[in-house]
Amino acid sequence: MRLARDVVRGEEERKLRDISGEEVRSCYQCGKCSAGCAMTSMMDLLPHQVIRLVQLGQVEEALASRTIWLCASCLACSARCPRGVSLPNVMESLRVTMLRPGGRHIDPARLPADVLENAPEQALVAGLRKYS
Amino acid sequence: MFVCWCGLNIGGVVDVPRVVEEISGCPGVARAVDYRYMCSDPGQQLIRDIIREERLDSVVIAACSPGMHESTFQSVAESAGVNPYRCEIANIREQCSWPHQNEPLEATRKAVELIRAAVEKVRGDEALSALSIPVTRRALVIGAGIAGMQAALDIADAGHEVVLVDRLPHIGGHMAQLSETFPTLDCSQCILTPKTSEVGRHPGIRLLTSSEVESVSGYVGNFTVKIRRRATYVNWDLCTGCGLCTEKCPSRTPSAFERGLAEEPAISIAFPQAVPHKPVIRPEACRHFTKGKCGVCEKVCPVGAIDFGQQDSLIEEKVGAIVVATGYDLHPKAKVGEYGYGVYPDVIDGLEFERLNSASGPTQGQIRRPSDGKVPKEVVFIQCVGSRDQENGYPYCSKICCMYTAKHARLYKHKVPDGQPYVFYMDIRAGGKGYEEFVQHATEEEGVLYLRGRVARVFQDGEHVVVFGVDTLSGKKVEIRADMVVLATAIVPASGAKELARVLKTATDEYGFFSEAHPKLRPVESLTRGIYIAGCAQAPKDIPDTVTQAGSSAAKVLTLFSAPRLSHSPTVAAVDEEICTGCGICVEACAYEARALDTRRHVAVVNDVLCEGCGACAVACPNGATRQRNMARSQAMAMIDAVMG
Repeated sequence: MRLARDVVRGEEERKLRDISGEEVRSCYQCGKCSAGCAMTSMMDLLPHQVIRLVQLGQVEEALASRTIWLCASCLACSARCPRGVSLPNVMESLRVTMLRPGGRHIDPARLPADVLENAPEQALVAGLRKYS
Repeated sequence: MFVCWCGLNIGGVVDVPRVVEEISGCPGVARAVDYRYMCSDPGQQLIRDIIREERLDSVVIAACSPGMHESTFQSVAESAGVNPYRCEIANIREQCSWPHQNEPLEATRKAVELIRAAVEKVRGDEALSALSIPVTRRALVIGAGIAGMQAALDIADAGHEVVLVDRLPHIGGHMAQLSETFPTLDCSQCILTPKTSEVGRHPGIRLLTSSEVESVSGYVGNFTVKIRRRATYVNWDLCTGCGLCTEKCPSRTPSAFERGLAEEPAISIAFPQAVPHKPVIRPEACRHFTKGKCGVCEKVCPVGAIDFGQQDSLIEEKVGAIVVATGYDLHPKAKVGEYGYGVYPDVIDGLEFERLNSASGPTQGQIRRPSDGKVPKEVVFIQCVGSRDQENGYPYCSKICCMYTAKHARLYKHKVPDGQPYVFYMDIRAGGKGYEEFVQHATEEEGVLYLRGRVARVFQDGEHVVVFGVDTLSGKKVEIRADMVVLATAIVPASGAKELARVLKTATDEYGFFSEAHPKLRPVESLTRGIYIAGCAQAPKDIPDTVTQAGSSAAKVLTLFSAPRLSHSPTVAAVDEEICTGCGICVEACAYEARALDTRRHVAVVNDVLCEGCGACAVACPNGATRQRNMARSQAMAMIDAVMG
């Protein structure tokens, strides 16, 4: 990883800050968010690791992570964070960054019939909202 | 005979009632009693009551180590009319119940034996009285950094004369080199100069700069100190400090005060606020001394103060107490191979950064890198260089680097807002009032990027200094093409600390930091009575802690000076002059210089006040002329008999 000032304080990082309204530099990597997250067994990166990547300006890598999509926005982490960082806001800003270019939404008409039939309604609603 | 349970410390292992029963029958024991806490007020009262009831002339207390409570019980005995030197302690805790926790029966037997031995000893004890020695109410303070100045001012303000010695030509120590100080970022010179000028004009402080302590003899309350005043080649009585000589001097060599980042004339005043504000000539740099010609300074001096013929002088001072405040140095960069052995000009240490950032420094406070004077835009700070590195440096934490690095990174950001500071760290140790907040401010508000990991290698590549490190938080290796690198090198004792400790006959640790008498309860007293420690001479510490310790050492000196006379234990060596042949073996055996030969009478004598009562001379004496008071040979034999049954 090559660090320089245009990486650490790059354009992507600034955009994330604008969307989320969060200052990730406040995070001192204690890991309390990850310790209490209900979804970590499914995640490829722990929530605090996603924050670390953003701190280091490694936004591409954060965007490629499954974690940002698995975050259920339950807010347990932000309620507990000793540094007042709202991780769900950061996760949302990463998702939005992925979605804004467009063309990444779920088309219900193209879902296989058995998925449409068997998937819980809530899953479809949540999926449509996230991927809209 | 009194046996203490010490709660369960002794009573949980040793069968105390059984001990009491066995001792009761011993010859000479009037009564044996036990109590749960003998050191408590009721326990002490019990001792007094029984001494009076039984009209005792000596007592044995079986309890903890005499190091803990011997003086407590001696004064209890004295208050009930027993000579305090006829009060013996049998240590049945540290030497019995604690090491033998799993052998209660054996421990009980051993307790009985230890007490029997103490009873035999006390039977032979003489009634002694403490020795009384006078006190010279003047103090010597060695080192005139912030620690030494604070101690000197506190002692002098209390009305006692202070001799303040520093080997440099000016006072202020390393604090004079600093730009700003954490966690308030106030300018170091601004808070230091009121102290330096107060020291310079204080009528109670005799300031000896360019001076070093050469030898110390004597003992607490009565030290005689020889001080070498190095030649400055300038008559300071005539010199007005006008500075003309320093302007005209044709020689230029790297300045130690500027850490080699600037040059200075061979005759110079290190910095504008220096106290005393008088120049000195460094003969190794002066053309008059190296080449035998020049003498420009002599020609331009309007008052004729230049004196090339000046010689070192030795002066003698009598003082009652000594404060050691010799401060610190930085572990040299040249010893750190992986960071370039100090050869890359843009790899600097913390004090060099202070000078770069100082308004009176080589760049007038602009952050410009040494190689080409450019403003560095990518600056890497590396913590723990030599510290916490038992293999290649020192195992200890240098304590102040986390804070000063955060300060450096913040100050850099203030002066170069579009620059990026990176800090490689292992842990952030920011314990102190406002310290954690200061570091958090650096990351949150000032954009300092902290990377958790050590740097493996620093090397020059074109005009960049490339840093190979790691960020263990993300598990990624890190490469930064930096413009400048600042090393937070380890704090080490000032050069010559170990040699000074030898002169003072006190101890340092293996690194050369002066040892305190007790790490928690006697942190400013050295292992030698009458010698105190302040500041980084003891261990790395920041300015607030240093000032606190300096005030504390001054308080100890003042306590010493407040007694009309000092007392010293009378359980020292004594000589039977009828038997002594003056062979001098005892003189060689003594580690405290307390033994000497009286050449006129041809006998060995004891300096009672220097004698620590170790007994080495009494053992060494071939014909038994030297004896240890209250540890006579007959007493020792009786004790052994008591233990062997």
